[in-house]
Amino acid sequence: MMQSNSYIGSEVERVEDARLLLGQGNFVGDLSCEGVLHAAILRSSVAHGYLKAIDCSAVRACPGVRVVVTAAEIGPTIPTVPLRQDPIPTTAPYEQPVIANGKVRYVGEPIAVVIADTAQIAEDALEFFKLDIDPLPAVVGAEPQHAASALFFETTNSNVSVRLEGVKGKVSDAFARADYRRRERFTVQRHTAIPMETRGLLARWEGDKLTVWGGAKVPFAIRRLLARHLNRSEQDITIIESDIGGGFGVRGEYYPEDFLVPFCARMVGRPVKWIEDRREHLLATAHAREVECELEIACRSDGVILALRGIADVDMGAYIRTNAVTPPRNIAQVVSGPYRVSNVHMDVALVMTNKTPVGTYRGPGRFEVDFFRERLFDMAAADLGIDRVQFRRINLVSSAEMPYPLPTVMPLHSESECDSGDYSRTLERCLSEFDWPTKTKSDGKLIEGEYHGVALGCYIESGGSGPQENARLAIEVDGTVSVVVGSTAVGQGLETTMAQIAADALELPFEKIRVFHGSTNLLRQGFGTYGSRSIVMGGSAVWTAAAELKKAMAAAAARKLGCSPSEVRLLEGRLVGLKGQSIELGEIAGVAAEGSFGSDKRTYSYGTHAAHVSVDSKTGRVRVLDYVAVEDVGRIVNPAGLHGQTIGAIVQGLGGSLLEHLIYDESGQLLTASFADYLLPTMSDFPNIRAFAMQEHRAPNNPLGAKGGGEGGIIPVGGVIANAVASALRSLGAQPVALPLSPPRVWKLMEDGRSASARSPATAQ
Amino acid sequence: MRTTFNLNRKSVEAEPEPRTTLADCLRDELRHTGTHIGCEHGVCGACTVLVDGAAVRSCLMLAVQADGCDVETVEGLAENGALSVLQKAFRKHHALQCGFCTPGFLMTAHGLLLREPFAGPDRIRDVLAGSLCRCTGYIPILEAVLDAQQAYQQTRKSMP
Repeated sequence: MMQSNSYIGSEVERVEDARLLLGQGNFVGDLSCEGVLHAAILRSSVAHGYLKAIDCSAVRACPGVRVVVTAAEIGPTIPTVPLRQDPIPTTAPYEQPVIANGKVRYVGEPIAVVIADTAQIAEDALEFFKLDIDPLPAVVGAEPQHAASALFFETTNSNVSVRLEGVKGKVSDAFARADYRRRERFTVQRHTAIPMETRGLLARWEGDKLTVWGGAKVPFAIRRLLARHLNRSEQDITIIESDIGGGFGVRGEYYPEDFLVPFCARMVGRPVKWIEDRREHLLATAHAREVECELEIACRSDGVILALRGIADVDMGAYIRTNAVTPPRNIAQVVSGPYRVSNVHMDVALVMTNKTPVGTYRGPGRFEVDFFRERLFDMAAADLGIDRVQFRRINLVSSAEMPYPLPTVMPLHSESECDSGDYSRTLERCLSEFDWPTKTKSDGKLIEGEYHGVALGCYIESGGSGPQENARLAIEVDGTVSVVVGSTAVGQGLETTMAQIAADALELPFEKIRVFHGSTNLLRQGFGTYGSRSIVMGGSAVWTAAAELKKAMAAAAARKLGCSPSEVRLLEGRLVGLKGQSIELGEIAGVAAEGSFGSDKRTYSYGTHAAHVSVDSKTGRVRVLDYVAVEDVGRIVNPAGLHGQTIGAIVQGLGGSLLEHLIYDESGQLLTASFADYLLPTMSDFPNIRAFAMQEHRAPNNPLGAKGGGEGGIIPVGGVIANAVASALRSLGAQPVALPLSPPRVWKLMEDGRSASARSPATAQ
Repeated sequence: MRTTFNLNRKSVEAEPEPRTTLADCLRDELRHTGTHIGCEHGVCGACTVLVDGAAVRSCLMLAVQADGCDVETVEGLAENGALSVLQKAFRKHHALQCGFCTPGFLMTAHGLLLREPFAGPDRIRDVLAGSLCRCTGYIPILEAVLDAQQAYQQTRKSMP
């Protein structure tokens, strides 16, 4: 067969767009069905306390209320939300019951569900619950002294649920022989993904069979957990993936509602729909990022890094949910990033607090630890009198050192290694695109009331999370090829990229490919979309299945054409024999092939970002005047799609660096539970961003040579922005060590610097 | 309460409760689900529709207030079932990823360019800064709107 295609690498317009632009998307909130009832969830307004009684009588008396469900209706045993990813057996006591059971541990924890004829009636009825909650002191800080103040899991002896260790080499020896050491304490604030569509579910039972719409991310895992908790077989449950309004890690996990909504539908004998509102989303959907870290570096006097060691306290919120161990694991593993560091030791404590439970958010753990590391590097380079670019140049892992091992994380025995690449290439390209020599001329200067600063940072992005992905391809009667893949769409353009891959692999026109994905009725098993894995794992599964399909197509066509399979050619969408005899593709409809791709080796994209900021000397407001990102992702399937992911991720990262903050008061109340209080970036905030993608070093461990590209954009942003602010304020000696760099904080840094220099003018230069 | 208004140039009748928002009425009663609800407190802009030509947050307007008005939603943008110039520009510039906020951006930009076809980039940015997108980083959205702008300018010029 011959007809070479080059859809991979082309800016193909997205097949998803027409329906989304016409208002014809199928988001879960758009769905309805005959006889549907609506759920509203009563959530705890108390951060920590004994739930002594729930009086539902007035709720049940409301006209239009059908069912009220509390722990009493679900028990005697209340299922708990298990740790699905990076499992550790000892986290079991910290798992969340799907409904509060005798105790509440965060504001937003589900206490009861009301099922009513309309969503309005269900919400109104929440007003009529009478709760008797005996409040207990709330633990709201992750520092050990806070965590020890009130033990809130009675069956445990500590609010530290797990301790992880990242280990490599011999740290104490390296520190003992180092010419230079510096230790600093850093903080990243609690913030999170905030997809524009809130979560939602629609559950319908037909006899013993359950269908749930609104699945996302990992539908097969959801089905497995739901089957266990509802005491059904997996074959009785279908999870349907609808259009998804953004994921970024938080959406599509197994949350308490994923059990409660189907449970209530079974109890009431009618379909039940639940759509989270925004305030509820800010309280109930996973939070992320809150870490305090003390990090220490050891160097030779020439700037060669000998070792990194640190202690991190990660604020986990009130429960360990499905993927909560992944961010702290990453803090332990990627602290050294793209740099050659032979000796590493990280102690990471997972500390429970009376706040919303955390999970993964795009670049989990990596955004945080890159901020710690890059900030410390700039301090070290300055101390040693070495140019900060040169400091990075001499310490970046070289291509000759690949594959390069990262620290091993215990007790998970999690090992990983940088797979391929020349990290200096993205650094040099970034310097050139940014025009570093020109930009640095204003560095540290006060110009018309604004301090100017520039900085840069390097990072690695792990992608292609294992273990496997599956695909099935089939010829349809209309002459199209249906591609079914276990990857899921969260808005990243999966249908387009998978069609590009299939069209190239099959040497067929793009228009002949139709992609179906995610839902559990399409494949026997699928894995989904997380950890920048869809192109790497799903795309490789499609690629593998396509090779099988081509063989099957040739064999089937050969029988019809009366020739041997090797003589069959594909010409303009027709199958042609040696003598020119031909058939339409649709004439071999039913020919199908399956393919899988499995790997336990991560891909490592890499890159460098640079920023030029100005700081208002009166207000502390930080403006981003220029931001340049250069990355190498191995192989680019859709450059426009990748560019969009990168720009979008950078803006999310700028939000996390400068604006976004989930703030709690001392009693554990979330003070930022609306978009008036939780500030997201808008179009006028960060208009000056440029992104460049390279594909010089393919991934060695998958047939496409692709590396994950969905998260890199966010990873270095905090470090780069904080270093640029530090550089801008160098005349004041300001050293930002905490995000977000909001105007009041930056103003305080400037004021502290000014008063210090007023006290000792000779030392503040 | 009986409410009558023009929805995408067709007269429709609805019976919303007095407290029902225009967004809920459009989506639930009139089954026009292209208008999305992202925050229900008037910040995210996903629910933006045009009411008598002005961009309005349909989550902050009661359905009964639309009585007698011309309401345009994303479903009314297409021209004979085909993507409009603005919609095509969004597609060309990859100005959407998940597509959830997109109807609000389309209607806000459409409303702006109808009234101010010669708006400069800063003005467009200021107006569109009233809507939130979490996927694109906004840059492709601005590019798409600037690309589509010429068609609105020509329409204005050809008007008597």
